[in-house]
Amino acid sequence: MCLAIPMKVISIHGNEGTVKAGNLSRRANFSLLKGVKPGDYVLLHAGFAIEKVDAIEAKGMLKLIREV
Amino acid sequence: MRYVDEFRNRKLIDKIARLIREKMAGRAEYKIMEVCGTHTMAIARWGLRQILPDNVKLISGPGCPVCVTPKKYIDKAVALSRMPEVTIATFGDMLRVPGSYSSLDKERSAGASVKLVYSTDDALDIARKYPRRQVVFLGIGFETTAPTVAASILEAKKEGLKNYSVLCGHKTMPEALKKLVVDNRTRIDGFLLPGHVSAIIGSLPYEFLAEEYSKSCVVGGFEPVDILESIFMLISQKKPKVEIEYSRITHPSGNSTARRVMERVFVKADSVWRGIGKVRSSGLRIRKDFSDFDADIRFSPNIRPVREDARCICGDVLKGVKVPPQCALFGRSCTPEHPVGACMVSSEGTCAAYYKYGV
Amino acid sequence: MHQLIDSLFMKEFSNSILSQRKDSAILKLGDEKIAFTTDTYVVDPIFFPGGDIGSLAVNGTINDISVCGAKPIFISLGLVIEEGLPKAVLDRVIKSVGAASRAAGVKVVTGDTKVVERGSADKIFINTSGIGKVSYENLSVGKIKPGDVVLVSGPIGDHAISVLSVREGIAFRAKVKSDSAPLNGLIFQALKVSKNIAFMRDPTRGGLATTLNEITKLSGFGIALEEKEIPVREGVREACELLGLDPLYLACEGRVVIIVSKNDAAKVLSAVRKSREGRAARIIGTVTKEHKGRVYLNTLAGSSRVLDMLSGEQLPRIC
Repeated sequence: MCLAIPMKVISIHGNEGTVKAGNLSRRANFSLLKGVKPGDYVLLHAGFAIEKVDAIEAKGMLKLIREV
Repeated sequence: MRYVDEFRNRKLIDKIARLIREKMAGRAEYKIMEVCGTHTMAIARWGLRQILPDNVKLISGPGCPVCVTPKKYIDKAVALSRMPEVTIATFGDMLRVPGSYSSLDKERSAGASVKLVYSTDDALDIARKYPRRQVVFLGIGFETTAPTVAASILEAKKEGLKNYSVLCGHKTMPEALKKLVVDNRTRIDGFLLPGHVSAIIGSLPYEFLAEEYSKSCVVGGFEPVDILESIFMLISQKKPKVEIEYSRITHPSGNSTARRVMERVFVKADSVWRGIGKVRSSGLRIRKDFSDFDADIRFSPNIRPVREDARCICGDVLKGVKVPPQCALFGRSCTPEHPVGACMVSSEGTCAAYYKYGV
Repeated sequence: MHQLIDSLFMKEFSNSILSQRKDSAILKLGDEKIAFTTDTYVVDPIFFPGGDIGSLAVNGTINDISVCGAKPIFISLGLVIEEGLPKAVLDRVIKSVGAASRAAGVKVVTGDTKVVERGSADKIFINTSGIGKVSYENLSVGKIKPGDVVLVSGPIGDHAISVLSVREGIAFRAKVKSDSAPLNGLIFQALKVSKNIAFMRDPTRGGLATTLNEITKLSGFGIALEEKEIPVREGVREACELLGLDPLYLACEGRVVIIVSKNDAAKVLSAVRKSREGRAARIIGTVTKEHKGRVYLNTLAGSSRVLDMLSGEQLPRIC
């Protein structure tokens, strides 16, 4: 029900910032997510960062599947 | 794309598919409801049904906001679009949804001002750019989208924007799932729960599914590896519980900042789901403090009685009781080009997915 | 749109030329065979990265003539202008028409202009018709046979994404330019090296998936596509993920699908790759005896599914 994609935070000033995935960049609204800094990956839904992507969890899940 | 491509890896897909086949060998049928329309789309796009053994059955749930939006809401949006001072700003999802008598697409062809936006930020921009227009944003969607709409209302209030309002049609997921399990016609064994709704609300609101109704639950991501791994986790549960596969995004307690924004602007209310009916406290309405931004109150759109096509079985499709080919209209008078029911309109609707991907 | 064509136009105008459903009508005038086509262009916004409504209107008509094996020579230009359109905007569009027609080697030989009330048109609509001389007569869906290969001349979806990237309410930056280009050069390079090209069509409205569906419905055979071979540019891919679009249904304005015999495929591929517009050409699938009238996609996940046609424009969505 909700499309969202992981994008990298390029810059952030207050609630406004820019995110990027591949060649694509656009502005993003950060009013729903605290403690984000440039370089983090966030999940973007309808122009809003709604959650950080947890790199350790991502790696862990892939490792788990590889090792089953 | 980082955090996307890794979860589309063919070797991992093949491996989990094999594990699922091994685990299911000789077992009775296992019925999984994928609650979320985005899951339905991903399953169709990647052809995952073909990869799964025959005794794993996937049925689509009520998680397509366009599909469950009642006709009355569309009728109101159409009525608003006919007011000369109003510009409707909407996600593309809503444009072709048929109401009782018209759709926004038809109204736009007839001269109404209807703008597609990707974000409420874009809708606010339109309001700022055209101060003489009354911009009405169509607020649809579940807990993932509702906070973004709430944030736009807070921003409009802060700026003192006098020409922005929201027609609120937001819904909340756990209450609808409760209705589905109580109405036990679908005999679901496990739920593949929506990863992005859960990013906001967390996994705790689903605990009752496991505890009170003995349903296995996994909050899953949307890439093929995520979906297959979630299915594997479901069929591997010994005792029903709520697990999270999509752990790179979703935490048990969710995103409290987003929830606070949502709760500041909206309050829980009873809500009508197309095909399911009225579900207690399964929706959101705009709080009185923000009634200036409530399009229902600002414009009181006048509508005629709602008209339904009695042959449409969207309701049963949404509940997972029937599949689209069982509908007399499917593929005949109801096609993506000329949709009758809401499940055909939204590209993530079950009927549209069946039509487009031939699942 | 396909339904409209069947239920209204085909019924009212029924004749042997129209019913061939080619991109251009092939007409015999004395000893000469000519290709004749018309198309009307509406795009919002009218300027976008890599092109504008003027060059689009010229290239589109050139391509509709070229895919029929004809050399485009003359075009007409019809304008519907909304009252109040700034002169500078009109100048820019007309200069673009001029540049595009010179680049493709065609002449604008007749035209018409109408100004309509504000609100009756959106800035400017352009109609172009064109005629060309048929130099290669063997192109027809009837020539398609099982075992033939399907080639696409470059990455798909660039045009649609470039237009969306500058549309009010959606805008993003994607470093993607429209693929709008005249394909007469590329097509004649291909026709020069092989007599076994069965059919060509440019995947405009409805994109690659819709064009291939038209081909299977007309030929009666099936097509199997390999998802991993289909070229989609970085930027287009991410935009599709962001906006919930399927690149297979996005319009291209400077790409062509070529169906050629298996033996000549490598030769045609290398000829196409020699032209600027065809550098990233790929072989993406095969014509099959199975799946009659349908297009199948062998997905990256190892499954295979039907690709249907889509007539309406895909809309950006968040759900």
